[in-house]
Amino acid sequence: MIMVLNNAFDKNSLELLGKARELANKVGYRVVLFLITGKEENFERAGGYGADEVVAAVHPQLKRFSLDPFLRISERVVRRYNPSIIISPATTFGRTLLPALAAKLKTGLTADCTGLDIDDEGNLLQTRPAIGGNVMATIKTPNHRPQMATVRPKTFPIPKYDDSKKAKVIMEEVKDEDLEDRCFLLDFKEKEMEANIQEADVIVSVGKGLRRKENVEIARKLARLVRGAVGATRAVVDAKWLSQDHQVGLSGKVVKPKVYIAAGISGAVQHIAGMQTSEFVIAINKDKYAPIFKVADLGLVADATSTLEEIARRLESLREAGN
Amino acid sequence: MTKEDLFVSSTLGEITEGGIPVNIIVLVKQVPDTENVKLDPETGIMIREGIDVVMNPFDSHGLELALRIKESRGGKVTVISMGPPNTEEVLREALALGADEAILLTDRIFAGSDTWATSFVLSEAIKRLSLDFDLIVCGEKAADGETGQVGPEVGALLNLPVITYVSNVIDVSDGEMVLERSVEDGVERWKVKLPALISVIRSVAEPRLPTLAGKKKALKMEIKVLNGKDLGFDPKEVGLPGSPTRVVSVFNTKVSRECVLYEGKELEEGLKKIIEILKPFVEGDGR
Repeated sequence: MIMVLNNAFDKNSLELLGKARELANKVGYRVVLFLITGKEENFERAGGYGADEVVAAVHPQLKRFSLDPFLRISERVVRRYNPSIIISPATTFGRTLLPALAAKLKTGLTADCTGLDIDDEGNLLQTRPAIGGNVMATIKTPNHRPQMATVRPKTFPIPKYDDSKKAKVIMEEVKDEDLEDRCFLLDFKEKEMEANIQEADVIVSVGKGLRRKENVEIARKLARLVRGAVGATRAVVDAKWLSQDHQVGLSGKVVKPKVYIAAGISGAVQHIAGMQTSEFVIAINKDKYAPIFKVADLGLVADATSTLEEIARRLESLREAGN
Repeated sequence: MTKEDLFVSSTLGEITEGGIPVNIIVLVKQVPDTENVKLDPETGIMIREGIDVVMNPFDSHGLELALRIKESRGGKVTVISMGPPNTEEVLREALALGADEAILLTDRIFAGSDTWATSFVLSEAIKRLSLDFDLIVCGEKAADGETGQVGPEVGALLNLPVITYVSNVIDVSDGEMVLERSVEDGVERWKVKLPALISVIRSVAEPRLPTLAGKKKALKMEIKVLNGKDLGFDPKEVGLPGSPTRVVSVFNTKVSRECVLYEGKELEEGLKKIIEILKPFVEGDGR
């Protein structure tokens, strides 16, 4: 059995279900979506994305991830179902719960995979980028079960929905003692869209080539226009032009938007490691020889600030013309 | 306080002074100095030769947090690392910055440990040495392996409450701490019972620089070096033999793109292309 474990019936679950189905078909396994989540939904629909079965532990208190209850419930269910493979998204959820779960189950876990395959013996072949992203390593867990991996979001496509298939849904009872927790959530403040660089389809990323903190506003404006997020280099974050949530690169986040705009970014190795798998890269830099152009699809040798301004101006007038 | 402030400001100065001292263990790793790496122009692989080893930058922020808590509350900061003998340099640096004790777990039998085996050695060492602690701090991930798994694994093996991606510590008071955690959709504020394990992101505290006096003092301090036998480890349960995962192959993937470069008179053409690419993402509702 391949188990997809997540805390929401979201895009990440669907991406993993598609891949899990493909792997399961090769070796004749079942696919189970195991959700620990805050609200009940039409989980049957998971069948249309590749799940044979859904196991759902639902309680309002499980809306936001906390290790104590999630570990307790997941360990219990995993021991009962005894899956051969468990995969989760490499989100703050997956990257916290899965290591703790792997520790409890005394098994291997591979972080942040960007490729999965299965061999004839049912060994999961887990491929992940090693330092800097230019070297890939394939890892397996030969003698321990379950085999566990977190998978970088947006690695696999969301499968086409087949409305003829419905998953069998099994509700996992959540008891009061399951919710006991040594951590208490006091407050939650939602992040502005422009800071959510991992979800955005378009990222307008800025480097010191923008020259002044005030010029970041232009990137913000452009990001709003294209419903995207604002990214930043480490230098920009260190100069406090933007908070660390915006940082793309080795010491920040790895992103994979549809369009990545690198404005005034020269392209340090550490930055490139965080954005090189973007679908389309636009680089704007005054220096024709800046390394960023080597990982770009389209480059403008121009001043970053005024170019961003010009792009924003043209998109604005397009939008107005469209109304 | 604006949302922005939540991320960049550290209210560490407000940690209640006095009270019961807080003993903190900081888990550190030595890594190649990835801030200064160069790429081989032929293969696109990082050139590792001749690169210094440094304290994992994420751990430096964790150590800084621990030192600031100690300075306001009292207590002891112990740094622990599992690694080759030259990890001593990194531990010496931690002592120079203000750590009180340093423990190095080093042995050939630890070589090749994956995250499970590493977490096993670290958690068992903490248990077997009966180290007294209220808090374990580690960096979000290591700059080389980038798994971020050892923190939560150690936490689970020691049966501690765990909070990852800590961006800001608001207060540490007797038996509990209040902190903020940065997740995909926002910032959560949590109260955690101690003892606990936290993993921190860089914004938690900006590391200080070592002073000459600190460096001198650190030279005289002892680093406790322990091997597998000292801690009673069976070679089969640690290192490569104790690791559930195996690397089966390593290969290069150089992302190569053909960049269409526009300059001078062609800039207008390039701009038009960009507008075409971005147009589908523009909202039509004039918001």
